[in-house]
Amino acid sequence: MLDSIIKIEKVNKWFGDFQVLKEIDLDVKPKEKIVVCGPSGSGKSTLIRCINRLEEHQQGKIIVDGTEMSENTKNIEQVRAEVGMVFQQFNLFPHLSVLDNCTLAPIWVKKMTKKNAEELALKHLEKVQILDQAQKFPGQLSGGQQQRVAIARALCMEPKIMLFDEPTSALDPEMIKEVLDVMVNLAKEGMTMIVVTHEMGFAKEVADSMIFMDEGKIVEKADTKEFFANPKSDRTKLFLSQIL
Amino acid sequence: MKKFYYLKSNKKNLKIFILLGFILIFTSILDVILKSSLGINLTSFLPNTINFLFPLIIGSIGFYFLRFEYTGIKNLDLLNKNINTNDFNAILTLLIIFVLIITVPPSLNWLIFEATISGETKESCTGEGACWTFIKIWFRRIIYGMYPDEHHWRINISFIALIVLAFVGYFTGNKLRKYLPLYYIIIYPIIAFLFIYYLISGGSFGLVWIDTGSWGGLSLTFIVAFFCLIFCFPIGMILALARRSDLPTTRYISISFIEFWRGVPLITVLFMASVMFPMFLPDDLFIDKLIRVIIAISLFEAAYVAEVIRGGLQALPRGQYDAAKSLGMGYWKMHIFVILPQALKFVIPGIANTFLALVKDTPLIFVVGLADFVGMITMAKANPNWLGFVMEGYIFAAIIFWIICYAMSNYSQKLELKYKTDK
Repeated sequence: MLDSIIKIEKVNKWFGDFQVLKEIDLDVKPKEKIVVCGPSGSGKSTLIRCINRLEEHQQGKIIVDGTEMSENTKNIEQVRAEVGMVFQQFNLFPHLSVLDNCTLAPIWVKKMTKKNAEELALKHLEKVQILDQAQKFPGQLSGGQQQRVAIARALCMEPKIMLFDEPTSALDPEMIKEVLDVMVNLAKEGMTMIVVTHEMGFAKEVADSMIFMDEGKIVEKADTKEFFANPKSDRTKLFLSQIL
Repeated sequence: MKKFYYLKSNKKNLKIFILLGFILIFTSILDVILKSSLGINLTSFLPNTINFLFPLIIGSIGFYFLRFEYTGIKNLDLLNKNINTNDFNAILTLLIIFVLIITVPPSLNWLIFEATISGETKESCTGEGACWTFIKIWFRRIIYGMYPDEHHWRINISFIALIVLAFVGYFTGNKLRKYLPLYYIIIYPIIAFLFIYYLISGGSFGLVWIDTGSWGGLSLTFIVAFFCLIFCFPIGMILALARRSDLPTTRYISISFIEFWRGVPLITVLFMASVMFPMFLPDDLFIDKLIRVIIAISLFEAAYVAEVIRGGLQALPRGQYDAAKSLGMGYWKMHIFVILPQALKFVIPGIANTFLALVKDTPLIFVVGLADFVGMITMAKANPNWLGFVMEGYIFAAIIFWIICYAMSNYSQKLELKYKTDK
């Protein structure tokens, strides 16, 4: 049995009076792929944003690759550099070309030379099939292309874990597939992935286990097959019946 | 209105209406020209009110005749589409034309055709027009202030050298390009200071020391504006970041600083810098008045720049911060490479606005005894030999300031285009 790469213990989080996360427990093993689903407002995004501390939790423990995430974490940047994140709204840097988007962090955070960083970026841009757009600016690309660039940008930091926060929710239907294909390939290469998504086809294809969240709690966590074949809780059954 | 319907232009009598329309408009314009420049009133037989409104009435009837939906004549269609769309616009057009006819020729006469520039004294200005002799005689003072004539080359060389050095960016190879921000933000201001300290101020290398008290004119305006612009920008940027900081102390220091400087008039700031500030200093410590004034204006403008930049920072979506953080960037890397480049791009118009205001605020330093460009003109017009040339002086000042500010405004628009990366 491998050690967990992410360990979440009894995490509680409030926005003001409103409790968004309630007693969350979660273990993620290296190379494990987890898909998180649930209705909007159930705390899925908040949960994965807590993993690289874009949000701060108030109670409990989050340990990422041996480092506990807390206010006293001095090397928070180091942890974030190992955890790639892809956002719903892409969040590319509009003032930089696609290539510069990808090389910025490797050069300034990982202290790579410009040449090495560009080689690495081109490698990853090729992987997401967008090599020919390297000199363009994000504003000139379609949504699907932008999201693929965002994935490449995260990969350029050579992360151990990738977090996806509804990566296809802001895309036109015909662009969803090109992004999902990239993610499927990434999963096949053995990346540790936590994906918040409503794409159940994708979940069935790549996920090792599924998490269903509602009202800030993990309602159900099960193997993917088990999850879709016989969901235990009624809430999960209802959700699946609506979404499938 | 219906019974006049037969007067409405139509395709059949197109040519007649066009001819009639132009004749009427032409008559109205001619009438105004005759009245205003030759004093001939062709319609004096009419009652007073109608006589006064005659050109407007005739002209608008003319425009009414010209108003066709579509004629196929390119220029006429353009006229109808853009100017002559309805009676109101036609009348406005006529009014603008009349105002131009009435005001432009006399102003041009005064400024150029009847103006005097020859001669050495006030007496040579006999014409009706402006007396540019005044500006000519005082030109050196207006540019160099009370700086001794035989040393003007020192100012000239400094300014030429600094202008040339400012264009270094255009001739830099790609290899050195990345050092350009460093050059412009740190090295260039230091070079400028050294030039001004050693060459314009003097006192070493065998150059006579020339006290800042005798500096003045346009060169002083440039010196003050240049250093204030250079100082207020980075200070403002740091204040803006501090005001958005998570650390309460930093934030409150920044807020109180900004609100203090925004809350006091520049003129009091200048008085405090020149009169009160030295009282708090120990006797043996002396800071030149010019330096005190430059620091005061810089801090004053920095507060405004800070608020403009803060506006830009707030316009950035939170996702940009999230993305930069998730890539492992710390506070400074995130701001230098991701946040500030975008925020500053947003606020180029606002910064340009503040900078233009700063340049135009510099004449205020006259109140503390530094005779800048406008200050020198004020002194010149008070000279007993040259009384009565206020207009010439201030119009000259306005023209020069307009040229400077228009150039800055143009440059800011170029910058906006240069950094436009979306679509």
